[in-house]
Amino acid sequence: MIDKKFIGYEVPPTLWDVEKGRIRFFAEVIGSADPICLDEASAKAAGYRNVVAPPTFIFGAESDSGVLMKLLDTLKIDLREVLHGEQRFDYHAPVCAGDTLRFQTRVADIYDKKDGALEFVVNDTKVTNQLGEHVADLHSVIVVRHA
Amino acid sequence: MNAQTKMIQVGDDMPVLELPPISRTTLALFAGASGDHNPIHIDIDFARGAGMKDVFAQGMLSMAYLGRALTEWVPQRQILSYGVRFAAMTHLGDRVRCSGKVVEKLEHAGRPCVRVQISAAKATGEITLAGEALVALN
Repeated sequence: MIDKKFIGYEVPPTLWDVEKGRIRFFAEVIGSADPICLDEASAKAAGYRNVVAPPTFIFGAESDSGVLMKLLDTLKIDLREVLHGEQRFDYHAPVCAGDTLRFQTRVADIYDKKDGALEFVVNDTKVTNQLGEHVADLHSVIVVRHA
Repeated sequence: MNAQTKMIQVGDDMPVLELPPISRTTLALFAGASGDHNPIHIDIDFARGAGMKDVFAQGMLSMAYLGRALTEWVPQRQILSYGVRFAAMTHLGDRVRCSGKVVEKLEHAGRPCVRVQISAAKATGEITLAGEALVALN
């Protein structure tokens, strides 16, 4: 069982640089043709400072910045048992190439079902950028399935 | 590419987005592009060690496809929130189909908005993720 004492645990904040090529790679893999994600001139013409990260891009950025592994390690969760239960994004400002994002993740809740066979970890992440803007909030539920 | 969003009404459908069958290549590229390196989606040995028959698609891949469907319908800056619940696994060869329907008009922080119920499903009709988006009309 995951120790409930971790409810309220805050992962040490991480920083992550948003690269233009990475945004393009992400957009191309999902087949997006949105010019604001692919072309700097189009993004600037639309009022952005550079190409824009697609809507779900920041989830992987958080993971890539090391938040998820740190969380699993701290809570002693086996990666092989992890499934993604829910994911939500609340958007406040765009994420663009050249930005540096800061992720602050807090464990909001831990609970279980089916006599502990399924455990749930609820995480809330505040994302800010180098301009001090609050760009997004992420809300995720991780499911831990015990065999 | 975007609809005249001011004209969006309750009952309107988001244009359907149908994707090609899920391949191992897509899963590998999405792992690299997204930064989510969970090996259960890209390494069959790890997946078998976790009790799975094979690798399966990242839930976030389908969520990214559904996000693409939204941005092909409305400008991205008008998407105020977007959330889903993952209901079933998406496997190799599955064809993901993204759809949505406007269910409510409302005001949010002084802006006219619509609430859109969205989902991704397999060709069999099985829902793999379902949720909603809040979209501003201006």
